[in-house]
Amino acid sequence: MSEDSKHLEVTLETQVESVNLAEEMCLRVAEAAGFGEDDCYRIGMSVREGVINAFHYGNEERPEKKIHLALDLTPEKMVIHVLDEGRGFDLGSVPDPLAEENLLSTSGRGIFLMRAFMDEFKVIPGRTGGAEIIMSKKLPPPGSPGTNGTSHGAAPKQES
Amino acid sequence: MALRATYREAAGVTVVDIGGRITLGEGSALLRKTIRELLEDQRTLILLNLADVDYIDSSGIGELVSAYTGVKNRGGSLKLLHLTKKVHDLLQLTKLFTVFEVYSDETIALRSYR
Repeated sequence: MSEDSKHLEVTLETQVESVNLAEEMCLRVAEAAGFGEDDCYRIGMSVREGVINAFHYGNEERPEKKIHLALDLTPEKMVIHVLDEGRGFDLGSVPDPLAEENLLSTSGRGIFLMRAFMDEFKVIPGRTGGAEIIMSKKLPPPGSPGTNGTSHGAAPKQES
Repeated sequence: MALRATYREAAGVTVVDIGGRITLGEGSALLRKTIRELLEDQRTLILLNLADVDYIDSSGIGELVSAYTGVKNRGGSLKLLHLTKKVHDLLQLTKLFTVFEVYSDETIALRSYR
């Protein structure tokens, strides 16, 4: 990890509340990093979906298992890791939610949304034996319309 | 923001005014409970007014689909009204625009049930 990079890691309980907590935490980092509103929405949604995946499919909602969330902020991009303690899964076996026969399915859209909203997305075997989702979003150039006006790496604005 | 849902009758249709986030947990559960109550009350013509719903995640999408099929299986019809841009874009991305009937005018939406 270079000096210009920042790393944040947190261990979450396998519970519904962890989904909101993870989303809020990542949104704060994304806003401070200079992502604009639309990108923050996409990052927040992807983090939600990653943690929902770990909560429901990976850890099978078992409270003794943990969800490990890590963020790396480099000068180029924000990288998010979501690691569960489940049995892992093969991306190739995930059904396509856009297929005609799956349109009325009540689940199975999380992976699709993460893929659609992030620049990079992959799943690897995790160090805990479960699955590790790794996804990233490129930082917008400073001053571009996609930014929220703060410089990269700046602290969140304090409301007066 | 927590989800809130109230309903009213209009031209023989139950219009459900929903506000907040339809997400994993309370939001999805409240939508499920509301639809279940309406079906138990034999109300099968349902218009979901999503004007104040600013956020839906995959669990919320699943709950909308479940509501749609649950109502349809009872011989009824569930349609959507006043989508915010984020919800509109999400339904387009997930191809659910091809499933749901979506309206931007309540009068026209109500007339479509006749």
